[in-house]
Amino acid sequence: MPSKIAQIRLVGSHFEVYEPCDDSFALVDALLADLTNLLEHKPKLCMEVGCGSGYVITSLALMLGQVACGTYYIATDINPYAVKVTSETLEAHGVHAELITTDIASGLEKRLTGLVDVMVVNPPYVPTPEEEVGCDGIASAWAGGENGRSVIDKILPMADKLLSDRGWLYMVTLTANNPSEICLQMREKGYASRIVVQRSTEEESLHVIKFWRDSDRLLEASETGTVNKIVPTRVIESLLSHFPGISLRRSGNSKSS
Amino acid sequence: MRLLTHNMLSSNIKGVTNGFPLLIEAEKVLEKPVDFNPDFLRNMFPKIDWKALVGAAKAVGYGELPDAADSAMLDSDDFLRHLHHALLQLHLEEGALVCPETGRRFPVNKGIPNMLLHEDEV
Repeated sequence: MPSKIAQIRLVGSHFEVYEPCDDSFALVDALLADLTNLLEHKPKLCMEVGCGSGYVITSLALMLGQVACGTYYIATDINPYAVKVTSETLEAHGVHAELITTDIASGLEKRLTGLVDVMVVNPPYVPTPEEEVGCDGIASAWAGGENGRSVIDKILPMADKLLSDRGWLYMVTLTANNPSEICLQMREKGYASRIVVQRSTEEESLHVIKFWRDSDRLLEASETGTVNKIVPTRVIESLLSHFPGISLRRSGNSKSS
Repeated sequence: MRLLTHNMLSSNIKGVTNGFPLLIEAEKVLEKPVDFNPDFLRNMFPKIDWKALVGAAKAVGYGELPDAADSAMLDSDDFLRHLHHALLQLHLEEGALVCPETGRRFPVNKGIPNMLLHEDEV
């Protein structure tokens, strides 16, 4: 019986390419945890932004199947070495994804708008000096600028553009990225969110968050003619309960106080 | 790179307004067998820019697609087989994609297009 996820011994490597690590494993674990939903979702087009070694996109392709199952895969990375290693990893597992060397999804934003049913992202989330962001080679895999948000904040609007009406986004975040704020920002764009996997290591605390378009929220936005900037209390409450380690200012009339 | 992917790519150079479709310079084209899935093709058909696909197929030496197509043709097995071949089985392995407006070449090596821009193009 074929393995459902990529095998580490078959993952390609190169000194300029980020190797599968805790964050990659957390993302694949999140996809596995949500596999029943993903199989029911029957995504036609899946995309990974920042494919690195190819561990995640290969695992996703193994989980969901290829064209025979009706699914097409596109993966991008800004690092040409990473795209090459991804190609080796895919080939070693006998699966295919279309690969493009590009910055996030540059070149795809026009024609791929509204077509992506599942997007997976393990972004460069490590807080670094801003000048390290987008540097050549392996640094592009982690350098995230202030609060590790520089690249994330570019990916999110692109994800919003490319995701289909029924599109789902799975993204890895670090506590330092302020994931609750990310969820609130996405909420304003009409997305609901939940944590699929939470993992703390000695070095970092990771969350894999799933975002999806919330039809109630979109309806609300279209009825008022604009997106409501006021976040309902219940949303804040639910987010606070998701991120117990994060101190957000609780309002005096908070239901839980 | 499959021609379905080519159909989704545009020139991303700053200021370019007419960056689609990218012209194909083919040096090496591969054919790789893919399982035939008519439902996949029917799902994708409305999203395809037909003229761009016909042009891309011709550029890689495949002339079996009709110049115009409509959804009624999706009932024809013959048509679906040709569409399947053009969209999924033909790969641009080596060559370049050329911006129709500026002539800027984006190289394709080992089937991977490189859309990275120079600083003065972003």
